[in-house]
Order: sequence, then structure tokens, then C-alpha cells
Amino acid sequence: MNTFSYTFLIPILPLLMFLFIGLTGHKFKPIVSGVIGTVSLGIVTLLSYATAIQYFWGVGKIDEVFQTIIPYNYTWLQFWGNFKISMGILLDPISVMMLVVVSTVSFMVHIYSIGYMKGDGGFSRFFSFLSLFSFSMLGLVLATNIFQMYIFWELVGVSSFLLIGYYYEKPSAVAASKKAFIVTRFADFGFLIGILILSFYTGTFDFGVLTNPETTPVASMTGITFMGVSVVSWAMILIFAGGAGKSAMFPLHIWLPDAMEGPTPVSALIHAATMVVAGVYLVARMFVVYHFYAPGVQELIGYVGGFTSLFAAIIAITQFDIKRVLAFSTLSQIGYMMLALGVSGYGAEHGVGYMASMFHLFTHAMFKALLFLGAGSVIHAVHSNYMYDMGGLRKYMPITHITFLIATLTIAGVPFLSGFFSKDEILVAAFEHNKLLFAIEFLVAGITAFYMFRLYFNVFWGEDKHYHHTPHESPLVMTIPLMILAFGAIFAGYLPFAHMISPDKTPMHLHLHWNIAIPSVLIGLAGIALAWVLYKKKNPIPDKLASAFGTFYTTVYHKFYIDEIYLFVTHKILFNMVSRPVAWFDRHIVDGTMNGVAFIVTTSSNKIKGLQSGQLQQYAAVFIAGALGLVLLGIYFLQ
Amino acid sequence: MKLQDLLLIRHELLLTLTALILIVAEIFIDDKSKKKIVPLALFLMIVVTAAGILFPVNGTAFGGMYQTDALRSAMKTILDIATVIIILQSYGWVSKKVNQNKTSEFYILMISTLVGMNFMISSGDFLMLYLGLELATIPIAAMAAFDRHKSNSAEAGIKLILSSALSSAVLLYGLSLIYGTTGSIYFEEVRAAFRIEPLPILGLVFFVTGMGFKISLVPFHLWTADVYEGSPIAVTSFLSVVSKGAAVFIFTFVLYTVFAPVSAFWSQVLVVLSVTTMTVGNLFALRQENMKRFLAFSSIAQAGFILLGILGQGEQGFGSVIFFLLVYVFTNLAAFSVVAAISDKTGKENMADYNGLYKTNPNLSLIMMLALFSLAGIPPVAGFFGKLFLFSAAASNGYYWLLFVAVMNATISLYYYLRPVRAMFIEKNDNPIPTFKSDIYMRIGIAVSVAGIFLTGFISAIYEYYLSISNLF
Repeated sequence: MNTFSYTFLIPILPLLMFLFIGLTGHKFKPIVSGVIGTVSLGIVTLLSYATAIQYFWGVGKIDEVFQTIIPYNYTWLQFWGNFKISMGILLDPISVMMLVVVSTVSFMVHIYSIGYMKGDGGFSRFFSFLSLFSFSMLGLVLATNIFQMYIFWELVGVSSFLLIGYYYEKPSAVAASKKAFIVTRFADFGFLIGILILSFYTGTFDFGVLTNPETTPVASMTGITFMGVSVVSWAMILIFAGGAGKSAMFPLHIWLPDAMEGPTPVSALIHAATMVVAGVYLVARMFVVYHFYAPGVQELIGYVGGFTSLFAAIIAITQFDIKRVLAFSTLSQIGYMMLALGVSGYGAEHGVGYMASMFHLFTHAMFKALLFLGAGSVIHAVHSNYMYDMGGLRKYMPITHITFLIATLTIAGVPFLSGFFSKDEILVAAFEHNKLLFAIEFLVAGITAFYMFRLYFNVFWGEDKHYHHTPHESPLVMTIPLMILAFGAIFAGYLPFAHMISPDKTPMHLHLHWNIAIPSVLIGLAGIALAWVLYKKKNPIPDKLASAFGTFYTTVYHKFYIDEIYLFVTHKILFNMVSRPVAWFDRHIVDGTMNGVAFIVTTSSNKIKGLQSGQLQQYAAVFIAGALGLVLLGIYFLQ
Repeated sequence: MKLQDLLLIRHELLLTLTALILIVAEIFIDDKSKKKIVPLALFLMIVVTAAGILFPVNGTAFGGMYQTDALRSAMKTILDIATVIIILQSYGWVSKKVNQNKTSEFYILMISTLVGMNFMISSGDFLMLYLGLELATIPIAAMAAFDRHKSNSAEAGIKLILSSALSSAVLLYGLSLIYGTTGSIYFEEVRAAFRIEPLPILGLVFFVTGMGFKISLVPFHLWTADVYEGSPIAVTSFLSVVSKGAAVFIFTFVLYTVFAPVSAFWSQVLVVLSVTTMTVGNLFALRQENMKRFLAFSSIAQAGFILLGILGQGEQGFGSVIFFLLVYVFTNLAAFSVVAAISDKTGKENMADYNGLYKTNPNLSLIMMLALFSLAGIPPVAGFFGKLFLFSAAASNGYYWLLFVAVMNATISLYYYLRPVRAMFIEKNDNPIPTFKSDIYMRIGIAVSVAGIFLTGFISAIYEYYLSISNLF
């Protein structure tokens, strides 16, 4: 046993809670499910912090290099030699950091949900699904091999499906959950094929083997090509497709805005802080392979991230549903993280992009969860998702207002809040490697500040709307998580990330680049100022601007018609050109064959029924005949 | 004789002792409370199981007639566990009024057969094998006829004993031919002296025939359906799991050791038997309406799959067969327990009676569904892994077209395994089996089986352990 032997409790506790609440939840008052779920997540959080402290400031570092520690690795399916599927726990800087992120946000969301979901009919169902999600996400983060990750990846998808469709009596929620599941599942298909290609050539699933830069068996794949592209690139691009699906990168982003149909705490946990960054985590996990053996794919990742971040930020300007604004903002911020991985180098100070990506993942989890929970608090108070139903709420909801403002300032990159530091590192990395991507990110920083403050001013300033009853501040059980997360959003940036995380696991020594920080702060302030002018008080300029941009505005408002394109492709092209002929083939040829087989089987089954007459003398005769038959067969075989 | 030597035959000694204790206990328990014998039998069987696991002593006794090693002990443990579950399952039936004055007989008979099977598994020569086999068979015939008031139970008993006599005759004929041509009945010596000549090969064929009867290979299976249907359910469970498991083990063992030099020959024979057994078993299973008969044919088809594992040869072959037997114990006993629970309370045993069961007895329906999925080999339950290892054992030896036949048969089997599921979950019934609660023994038995189905599926160490001890060669 080693010092990390307690880590097995981290994924197991939520699993047990899922089973316990799921199976026996209906026997208690609903609140019991909420409390035991929350308490167990609290324990998980404490254990995660203990792991992090012990790892980063204790036994994790030997000779200035962070070690990969595997407290458990249980062989689940042995194929041959080293080729096996294991279930285990892997601790290294990024997995330990993710542990902290997942457990913290999940714990906050658990507490918050006790207030938010109060009185809901499916209260204990909700908490059992939350536990299932926490289990799956923790299992994904701690995976020791890519197959274990894939299994938990799918489990995460299932829990996301269950939680988006939580209000299953609402058709839009059902449609959204189906959409999320189908789109991500489609992407996961690529992921699976990627895994199969990779393991076919390397004979292992193990991360430790695959991502060791000196000895990785991926090296043996170089030179093998398929359709002019190396098989490593094929595998890695397919694996990235899985990551892009979960992390909602363009063009697989369409499910995320619709996923906002789920309860708001779910959006905060799954669709802002944890599951949607799984794709980033996956790319980071396989970073060595991307960087050394598929540099083209790595570059592609950078561009996909950059494009998504710009694309989503533009859409976010025009949306009125506050959760959708936040959803597009999430897309945009994850785009940042992907981009940072795309431009990162390896070794010493070149690894700044990798570090920045993980850093931004961490700070983003804090402030985006806070934004969502704050939005949930607002929605809870005014019973609407739309900002034109809101206004002047700062007077009624002081705590929500202040914490939301902190989060908005953080995402806008205002100095000395956490978002400022992490965004700065990404810009530095982009500046050193790719000026085009840097320019995009620089622009997006301004747009982000603008649309976030548009949201903020519309909700908390302006004039009161006709509320059915006066909005009031949410109960403490909801506001305390807001305050804790606000604390995180302010101070998370002061963690010495460069000393903790780098692609080669060696601490880096970085400092702020003021030449990049100052312009980016200025463009952020410009965005805020513009939003101030347009939205602080009610005025006709925004509507005029919207009509001035005319077609462009409408296009953006309809999210560039991507959903419609998908519908056209699936309904008109796929269904008519592919599905219907295939269905015909299936119904007439395949079913016909199967029916024929079934007919033969049942007929012969009827025919031989007479053999079983119940008469012992006949049985004896058949027995002897069978024995003689075997003898004849034996004589034949002996020849 | 040292204590060490006694430990060698610990299974057989303790089981004999158990039977004796039960006979003595029978005298002291008054007629009204005969069912008190059940906890006693249960306790003793658990002691035997534990002792079997806790004292792993290997070696040879009685001048080579008796052998034991890790592999054989593992098989005995599987049989012990199965017997424990069957005792739990039989309580409801045995404590019925009609069985009142013969409760203990049942367990004495059952444990006697188990002694026979243990000797058979540990045999080091053909004489011991044959003695064990007979000791394992004759009491079962009495058990099959246990419901004396029912004519089909009596019929089952007489059919079993007469068919067994026939098969024993053929087996004995084969063994005498082998003895006549090799001059020995000891496994080691037979192996050394075995020649590929018509006469010893004839002996081998008769050996396969005789064992094929015990394992219900087609065409030596005709007794199975009638006996399974007529016997009390506890006996049917015992026949399909314990009796068959022991026979499969020793059959595989003898083929792998004694007849290893002629493996090319018996492989061809087994291929033919495997195809006929899978196919005919499936075809008959398709239209059964009685649950016990249905499970009987399903178990015939499963025997065909087991042959696939035997054909794998080497440790992979033996490991997959033993693992499958363990999985099969839990899976089949879960299914039989549900049938027994329903039959105890309502006397109903037909598939049509199960219509709408999910509405009234959801837990039993779910357990039955789980067991049937496991039998059909749907992941992630244990049955999937059991079948996977059997198939991959065969594949590793290059039997691809046989594998194709097996996969086709597995597909057909899916159809009939889903029929009871459909009855329970989809079919409407105005007059379903009412909601009931089984006795505590039955519930524990079912819980153990279900736990077994999951654990054997998820804990890969079990299979790896079997693989590691299957290295006989």
C-alpha cells in the first residue's frame, strides 16, 4: 500500500451514493437524498484536496519532476501480453488538478441544488443522477488507460443525457437530451475507432506507455500511411473528434446551447465546468503523441479552437436567453483552451500553452460555474430565462448581483482576477507561435467583455420589469456556494500553476508579459465601455444597430443557421438518399433472409418434435444408433 | 497414515460425515419439525465448502487411484457452492406437507451423490472414475422420483435409472476395451500404452458415448427433457448444474490427459457432437412451453458450447470450461430458483403462466431476466464472458467455421431466451400470478446467485486464477 491508497474512495463514494439514492431514495423524505449526496460529495472534495496537497507539495515531486503515481491498477480484461484493459487510478499534475475542479464544482452544485430543486417531484432522482455523473467524471479523470477513459466517457455522456432530459415531461428537454446524446455519441464513434487504430498498432491502451516521449510505441507507427495520411494522424484526428464532440467544438457544437434545457445546476456542473472540458483534458492527456507524432493534427486543433471561440462569441452577442449566452460563452472559452493546446510546444518554457490551457480550464470552471449558478438564482427569482423579462435586479438580489459581477469581471479579463492571469498566458503562447490565432483571441477578448456586460447590464441594471411578485434574494443554501465560488474566481489565479503543470512535468518559471497583458486589458475595458453605453440605461441604439446590420444580425441570431444545415443534411440528404434505400434493403433483403431462416428453423423444429416421444425404448434405440454412428464416424476419421 | 493424508480426501470425508450426521439427526428430530434438518444440512455444507478452500493440500492417495490438486479442488468448490444454493432453494419445497416425513432423506441422497462426484473428479484410474460415476447416478434416480405422488416424477426416476444403466454398460464396455488393449486402468499408464488402433479407439468412442450421456450431448440426450420436467425442481437444478458440471470436468480431464496423444482424433468427434448438440438443443428449445423443459433444452445447447471450450485444448481450453461452469452454476440456479419460487407458491410451471409477472412480482421478473440474459450471453453479465472465453479458446485453435455455427446458434438462442422475458414484461394477463414473498432461504439463495452473476462477470481475477491452475501439461 502506498500513501495514496485512500484515493479509491474518490470515485467509489459517488457510485455507492448513486446506487443507494437510486435504489432506496423513494423510501425517505426527499431532503435525505439531497443531504447524504451532498455530504458524501463533501468527503470526496476533502479527499481530493488532501490528494492535491500531498501530491503537489509532498510526495509528487522527485528531483524537480512530477511523478506519475498509480495507486491502483486492476486488470479487468487480459487479452495477451501487455494488451489488457485495466481499471485504475492515475495521479499526475493534470489529473490531480481535475480532481480538485470536479469535486469542488460538484460539491457546490450539490449544496446549491438542495435549494434550487426544493419541492421538485424528482428530487432524489436528481441527486442520484448527480452522483452518477460525479462518479463517471471522476473515473474519467483518473483513468489509467484510454479504454477506461472511453468507458467513463460514455458514462458521462449517459449521465449528461439523463440530466438534460431531467424534465422529461417537457418535449423541448427530451429533444435536447436526444440531440446531445446523438451528436456526442456520433463523435465518440470516431473516438472509439481512433482508440482501435492506435491500440492495433501499439498493442497497448496504457497512458503511461503511450505518452512516454522516449519510449512510446507510437513511434513504430510512423511511416505507415492510409490514403496518403499517416495512421497516427488518422488515429489522433479521430480521437480528437471524440474530444471535439464532448467539448462542443465547431461543427459539433450544436448540442450545447440546447442542453441548457436541463436544470441550471446541471448546466453549471456538466455543461460549463466539467464534462465539456473533457475534450480538452483528453487532448492534454495525449499531448505528447499529438505534439511529436501528429503535429498537423495539433495545428488543426489550434485552428478549430480559435474558430470556435470567435464564432461562438459573435453569436453570444445576439442571444437573449441568459443561459444560452453563457452556453456560447462556454464554447468560446473552451475554444481558448483548445487553441492553447494547439499552439503549445514541449519542454521547458515552450510548454506555456499546455500550462495555460489547464490553467484556464481551472479558472474557467470557477467563474463559469459561478455565472451559471448566479443565472440560476436569477431565473429562480423571476421565472424566466430571457433578459427582456429582467432588469434592475441588483436592488433585490444583492448577493447574486455582487458575485455575478465578480464573475463577469473575471471572464472579461480585468486585472488581478483569476481570468486575467490564465487568459494572459494563452495570449502569450499564441503570440509566440501563431500571430493569426493571437489576433483572433485578442479580438475575442474584447467581444467577450462586451457580451458579458451586455448580459450583466440587462439583468441587473435598467428599469424594473413587471414582475408577478417582487423578486427576492435566494436562500443561503444557494448563495453560499456563490460566495465560495466568487472567492475561487478572484483568487484561483494566484495558484503557482506554472510550477505545477507543464507537458514534461517539470516546473516552469514564467512571469507576466505586460506587453501583451496591457493591450488585452484595454480591449476588454473597451468592450465593457461599449456595453455600458449601449445597455446601462434603456436607449434605442441597440435596436437601431440590430436593424442596421440587417441580414448579418439575423444570421448571427440564428446561430449562422448551423442547426438548419444539420437538419437539411440529415433529413433531406441522409434520410432520403441513404436511410430510405438502406431501410428498403433491410426490410426486404435482410429481413427476408432472416424470416426465411426463421421459417426453416421453426419448420425443422416442428418436424423433429416427434423424435421426443417419451418412450424409453425409442430413447434407447436412438442412443445405440448414436453410439454406432460415432463408431462409424471414428472409422471414417481413422482412415 | 498422517493427518496430511486425511486432508487429501477432506472433501469426501467431510461429505460422508455430513451424510452420517444427517442420518443420526433424523432419528432425534420429531416428525412434525423435520424441516429443521435444512439449516443443519446448510451449515454442514458451508463447513465442507470452507474446509475445501481453507486446506489446499495436493497429492496422491490409495496408490494412485485418488489424486487431488488445485484444479480439482477448485471444481469441487464450485460443486459445493452450487449445492449450498440448491439447499437454500429447496427449503420451500421440502417443507411442504407431502414431503414431511422424508425431508432428511432428500439431503442424505443429495450429499451421497456429491460424494460420488468428488471421487469421480479426483479419480486417478478408470475404476475410481466408474465407481464415482455410479455413486453419483443411483441416488439421483431416487431423488428424481421424490415426488412419489406425482406420476411424472416416478416416470422421471425410472427413465433416468434405465437410461443410465444403458449408458453405463456402454461406458464400461469402452473401459474394458481400453484395459484389454493397454493392460492398465491407471490414467498415466493408459496414456503411455495407448496406440492408434481400431480396438482402443473403439474404447475411446464408447467412453465419449457414456460421458456424452451424462453431459446430455445429442444424440444421447433424449432422457434429459423428460427427467428434467418430471423431477422436483431442486433435483432438476442439481442435475443440470452439479451433475453435469462434474461430468464435464472429468470428461475434459480424461481427454486432456489420458487421451492427449490422440487429441486429433477426438477433436474431430467433438466437433461433430458440438454441432449436433448446439443445433438440436436450440431447435427443441424454441417451442417449449414448460419452463423446466425449456431450461432442459437450453442446458443441452449450452453443453454444445462447452465442447467448443474443450476443443480449445491447453490451459486456455480448460480454464474457459471451468470458468464457464462457475458462471453456469450461478446463472442457471438463478433461473431455476425463480421457477422454483413460483412453482412452490402457485404450482405453475408454464411460460404462459408468466405473462404479466412483472406487474405483480417485479423483483423475480428482473432476476429471471438477468439470468436469461446471462444464459444468452449478453454483456456485461457473467454469461457473456463465459461464452467469450469458450469461443476464444476455440478460435485460438483455429475452429473458425465451428465458431460460425456457434454464433449462429447463439443468435437463435437469443430468440427463445427472450420469450419468457417477453411473457413477463410485455404480455398482458387478466389473471397473473399474484404477488407473493418467498421464504428467507429462497431469497438468500437467489441473492447469492445474482451476486455470483455480477461478481464472476466483473472480477477478472477468477478467470485468471482458473487459467493459472489449468496448467496440467
